[in-house]
Amino acid sequence: MTFRDIVPILVLISLLAFVPVFVTANTVLNFLVFTLIIALAAQGWNILGGFGGQFSFGHAAFFGTGAYVAALLQVRLGFNPWVAFAIGAVAGAAVGWMIGYLSFRSGLRGSYFALVTLAFAEVLRILANAAAFTGGAAGVLIKLDVRPENFQFESRAAFFWIALALVGATLVLTRWIERSRFGAQLVAVRENEAAAKALGVDTLRVKLGAITLSGAVTAAAGCLYAQYFLYVDANIAYGTWISVEAILAPIVGGLGTVFGPLVGAVALHGLGEITKLAAGSVPGIDLMVFGGLLVVAVAFAPDGILGLLRRLRRPVQTSGAARHA
Amino acid sequence: MLEVQNATKRFGGLVAVNQASLKVAAGSITGLIGPNGAGKTTLFTLISGFERPTEGRVLFESQDISGDEPHIRARRGIARTFQIVQPFAGLSVVENIAVGAHLRHAKRSDAMARAEEVGRRVGLGPELDKSASSLTVAGRKRLELARALATEPKLLLLDEVLAGLNPSEIRDIIPVVRAIRDEGVTILMIEHVMQAVMNLCEQVYVLAQGQIIAEGPPAEVCDDATVIEAYLGAGAAERLKREKVHA
Ligand SMILES: Nc1ncnc2c1ncn2[C@@H]1O[C@H](COP(=O)(O)OP(=O)(O)OP(=O)(O)O)[C@@H](O)[C@H]1O
Ligand SMILES: [Mg+2]
Repeated sequence: MTFRDIVPILVLISLLAFVPVFVTANTVLNFLVFTLIIALAAQGWNILGGFGGQFSFGHAAFFGTGAYVAALLQVRLGFNPWVAFAIGAVAGAAVGWMIGYLSFRSGLRGSYFALVTLAFAEVLRILANAAAFTGGAAGVLIKLDVRPENFQFESRAAFFWIALALVGATLVLTRWIERSRFGAQLVAVRENEAAAKALGVDTLRVKLGAITLSGAVTAAAGCLYAQYFLYVDANIAYGTWISVEAILAPIVGGLGTVFGPLVGAVALHGLGEITKLAAGSVPGIDLMVFGGLLVVAVAFAPDGILGLLRRLRRPVQTSGAARHA
Repeated sequence: MLEVQNATKRFGGLVAVNQASLKVAAGSITGLIGPNGAGKTTLFTLISGFERPTEGRVLFESQDISGDEPHIRARRGIARTFQIVQPFAGLSVVENIAVGAHLRHAKRSDAMARAEEVGRRVGLGPELDKSASSLTVAGRKRLELARALATEPKLLLLDEVLAGLNPSEIRDIIPVVRAIRDEGVTILMIEHVMQAVMNLCEQVYVLAQGQIIAEGPPAEVCDDATVIEAYLGAGAAERLKREKVHA
């Protein structure tokens, strides 16, 4: 990876950093922070699913672990929230490695892998909902104590910048993956595992690396969620909703691309929000938009929004070559 | 360089490879021929590590590698091509080859440079930036060869890389194979195209129903009565001889 590879990322993040200067309404900032958290969770999913071709239906397992670890360490054990945040991400990595070790070592792939990840997330949800340490069904409340050293801020803009910085860091991480040997091997595993092995790729190690990174990033999104809303319960943290969000954004934006998850998250939630405003209080209207957008994406833009844009720009290129150009 | 000792592979009741032994000398081009379903590809999967032999051993450079995973064998210097081509369909030709090149080159730019070089060498120069899925059969066979070659192997296992090619494509690729050997890569090749076997191989093993039934220089092996019968059925050698006499 060279400096030139990350210039577009730096430009985009710098531009986005000015948004709170122009937008000060709390509702809009709320929406933006939430969208960035989703984007971050989706970036995590994209490392494993988009680049590695291992479709997880259970990224809630990582999101929830991040959220609970960040919350419980400070509430129950008195950790500094910044430290708790870091440990939350590491815990996500550890859970990722463990799920990966158990499923990849026994050769699970495709829909079997998807189902196993879903099962892991559900088991964690049920455990978190039942255990006393996690606050059971009542959840965990993080005490309001607005101090920067406490990872709580007066202004929502501060949170926006932190979320943006994390999304930016993950964009750089993803770009590195794209330009590295690890990434080439990960994509090879996605495209054809037997051929990858024949070329000397340690497919188990590569997949474990991917799920570990993936778990860490999605867990960071969970930590951020807990810290922003100051509340976690099992259905939020380990709920299916976040697994679905993490899958949808990359598919809509562009699977296995650096910017896909961010573009997808913004498109999905932007459109969802607009329809909510336009249609007033029709319940579930934003979900219908999600569904509609997904159908449209799968039918007309199999490479996501980014793939579509690229195809419009260079209509003769084949999709495969364009995706990785 | 390579030695297979009494390898047997059973799939349930079916004995695909039966007590097969062979040796490949360093620097040689050795052929493995035999009728369809003889177990040739299965023997390759045992050498490359995709399957474990039920009995017997595989030695590479005098070391027992029977227990090694495929990627470890690739690191040791064994590369294989697939009879049923297995391209990374979503990637470009040069990116396909670069995956192989990454085995010995950690840096992306080094691997890409090496991949371009190898790609040109096997005649994929004009196709390097095309999608692998857009290649013709001949192109895909070349891609198999290029990817394997990009791992910089000591031993190259070629599984019918000439099958499906027309005579002029075969004529083009034979010198490429010979040049690879001349650079010091040992080659073991499965081939049905006898013209190529006669042309390239110094030593040939014949596999029929899982067993090695003959070995020797190609011209000798093709005259061998058991070999003719393995291909054409019992009594065929006799018939052929009689026809020759009558003719
Ligand atoms: N994984 C497997 N499971 C069960 N049977 C198998 C398997 N692989 C191969 N066989 C069987 O083993 C026998 C030998 O197959 P193999 O592919 O090794 O033959 P071959 O000599 O390469 O033939 P061809 O010239 O057609 O490529 C066949 O009867 C085949 O059906
Ligand atoms: Mg075969």
